[in-house]
Amino acid sequence: MEFEYPIEGGDFTRAGMASSQVKKVLKQLNIAPAIIKRIAVAMYEAEVNVVAHAFKGTMLVNIMPDKVFIKFIDEGPGIHDIDLAMQEGFSTATESVRQMGFGAGMGLPNIKKNVDELQISSVVNKGTTVELTTYIS
Amino acid sequence: MKLTEVVNKLELEVICGEDLLENTVTGGYCSDLLSDVMGNAQEGQVWLTIQVHNNIIAVASLKELSAILLVKGLKPGKETIETAIQQGIPILRTNETAFEIAGRLYNLIRQS
Repeated sequence: MEFEYPIEGGDFTRAGMASSQVKKVLKQLNIAPAIIKRIAVAMYEAEVNVVAHAFKGTMLVNIMPDKVFIKFIDEGPGIHDIDLAMQEGFSTATESVRQMGFGAGMGLPNIKKNVDELQISSVVNKGTTVELTTYIS
Repeated sequence: MKLTEVVNKLELEVICGEDLLENTVTGGYCSDLLSDVMGNAQEGQVWLTIQVHNNIIAVASLKELSAILLVKGLKPGKETIETAIQQGIPILRTNETAFEIAGRLYNLIRQS
């Protein structure tokens, strides 16, 4: 089962909407609530990252019998140093984004804690791809 | 404990979600960082915050929190209220600070 959701960079009013829709689908498929909760945290953080940092992006969701695979592809500034970005507390978010309670440097660590596999690839000044895999069986 | 009991005992204003006061409250979480709430709040908790923008609803909804409690008399925007109604998240309000109301909520839940 595959779905695709567009994500607009900078549109915080809609941030989290795609994740909410995917969560509903996962519930309908009777996936264990504890697993859904973890996926929800990870995909929300990844979605907000696209909104906060990229110009635009796409969220691709592929639900398979044994796993949920979610891929975020964005066009944006990219990540200069992925290891640094993974560190808790490190953020390049703007002041206005921080005032909304985002940009605490907890997004990527939250993703890592809540998925089974996390793959990040990035090209500076081009964009970032984040892949989340969660096993459900 | 039901949300309605929390609302009555702590004298909270219900901004929206009057029909959701039968929600069960399991505890509270106090934070203004959205990722902190995403990472650490638990289902059924009341979220105490000073954040009033639209995106708090997505966080509360994804985490299945029982309500958002705005402190210090802060008012949510029209859009936040509309989204809260759509997503079924009650928004409550108090004039007290997060410290004061968290203390009262903590005692109330402990005594129940």
